[in-house]
Amino acid sequence: MNTTILLFLLQDGVTNGAIYALLGLALVLVFAVTRVILIPQGEFITFGALTYATLSAGGVPGTAQLALVMGLVAFGFELFSVRKSLHLAKVVRAALIYIAFPAVVLALATWLPAHKPGVAVNIALSLLIVAAIGLFLYRIAFQPLAHTSVLVLLIASVGCHLALQGFGLVFFGAEGLRGPPLSDVTLTAGPLLFTGQSLAVYGITLALMAALWLFFGFTRYGKALRATAVNRLGARLVGIRTSLSGQIAFLLASVIGAISGILIVPITTLYYDTGFLIGLKGFVAAIIGGLVSYPLTAVAAIVVGIVESFSSFYASNYKEVIVFTLILPVLVLRSLAAPAVEEEKD
Amino acid sequence: MTALLSVSGVSVSYGKVEAVRNVSLEVRTREIVTVVGANGAGKTTLLSAAMGVLPLKGRVTFDGIDVARLDIEDRVAAGLSLVPEHRELFATMTVEDNLELGAFRIAKSIAAQSQERVYGLFPRLKERRKQLAGTLSGGEQQMLAMGRALMGAPKLLMLDEPSLGLAPIIVADIFRIVGELREAGVSVLLVEQNAKAALGIADRAYVMELGEFVLDGPASEVARNEAVVASYLGFSHPA
Repeated sequence: MNTTILLFLLQDGVTNGAIYALLGLALVLVFAVTRVILIPQGEFITFGALTYATLSAGGVPGTAQLALVMGLVAFGFELFSVRKSLHLAKVVRAALIYIAFPAVVLALATWLPAHKPGVAVNIALSLLIVAAIGLFLYRIAFQPLAHTSVLVLLIASVGCHLALQGFGLVFFGAEGLRGPPLSDVTLTAGPLLFTGQSLAVYGITLALMAALWLFFGFTRYGKALRATAVNRLGARLVGIRTSLSGQIAFLLASVIGAISGILIVPITTLYYDTGFLIGLKGFVAAIIGGLVSYPLTAVAAIVVGIVESFSSFYASNYKEVIVFTLILPVLVLRSLAAPAVEEEKD
Repeated sequence: MTALLSVSGVSVSYGKVEAVRNVSLEVRTREIVTVVGANGAGKTTLLSAAMGVLPLKGRVTFDGIDVARLDIEDRVAAGLSLVPEHRELFATMTVEDNLELGAFRIAKSIAAQSQERVYGLFPRLKERRKQLAGTLSGGEQQMLAMGRALMGAPKLLMLDEPSLGLAPIIVADIFRIVGELREAGVSVLLVEQNAKAALGIADRAYVMELGEFVLDGPASEVARNEAVVASYLGFSHPA
């Protein structure tokens, strides 16, 4: 192997690793706050990518309709749960979040594509649609189960993944889609060629990480989310609703997933089920980070990306096998190092 | 005077075991009420149920509203606050962040004033404000837990075993501050194994045995009761 190939593989690995890092961070965040292992993260990627690709091609994405339907169901759930203390203010607030918001987004998604909006508008609209789906998914599937065990939450998570993947097939078909790149710029540095898209991947990943750091370190809601992750009962005792923290965590995870998808879809063709595999690689990084450490997860994600790019060069048939095998030594080490942990009860 | 907190006919069960049986209690404004009793009498269970951490049977009204079916968060919003036995601090966050989160439901401008008051009550917390809560000593953690609860400007502060495992000098400090809270207009419901200290500061007292109240009245009378003296005050407590 010569240096050019080495550099090229490293560059490719870091680009993918940056995406896995975002996904891994979202997984750690959701698990820390809600104890949900977010398998539907893959669907947020797919939905973000394919919604963006569909909008860019001038079509109306089915995900916009799904968001409205999920909003209606979530509204029903919300009314049922507050039926004993039904105030007008609560109903209006719920109607705004669960009905008006997705309805406006659907109206925009129906009306805008014919008017050829720019890349930025399509991205914003895709993010709004997926954010709504993420938020409503928490309200429908996970908030009612918030007090149950990690295992029950995991089963619900698998169920959501399968259901959303099915919807993905219905909305986008079995054919893959590609989206337009964020920028057509190309730069060369020695033997390396940087496309505008890969620069966007680095830039957006770093910007998002910085934004998350600021959010968790300096804002009241960011601190409330950390507090919920550190001590659920303590958080409730100061008046932080577990459901509010869960909603924010799912909102962040779905937006991060959608951004990842939008970053990938100009580089590779995405199918309705591709997101799952990409999400799993973020999961490998999150597991290496023990589902608790953000920095370790980010570093592990870059390693996963690099291992993947090298194994696709040397043994492309086994590339997934090699990447997922990374988990084994980590699990063995962790199980040897840590005593059996009893599940948290609250 | 009307009661701020009124618990009537309350029972709490763990499965088939009834840990608290048909208990009634009142806390009035600007009053320190204590519940004393041996380990396992059901004191902590009673407080947890009053806060909504455990489900209960019976009636609980606070500040004129029925709170028995409300979530913990809604009881906090109503002005009820619990400092639990295990303190439940945010161990990996700084003292300052812990306090700030105590004021999660309060406007930022009011929170700044609360913070000054809390630092006034517990100067030690101000010295340690950049330190992680998990690295504090037991006494400092207890101060932080109380400070965090006070940041939310509660009308009633419920303290569960604040003296547990602390050095006598710190216990004295904490009880002095509980007294100051009453002067500041905060009512206190104090659950304690250290009956001597608790009866010394409280206005009224309830004695709990095996999930039931066996005696109640002004704290000074309860402290003179022969059975209480024999069971709880006849020997000196380690803490």
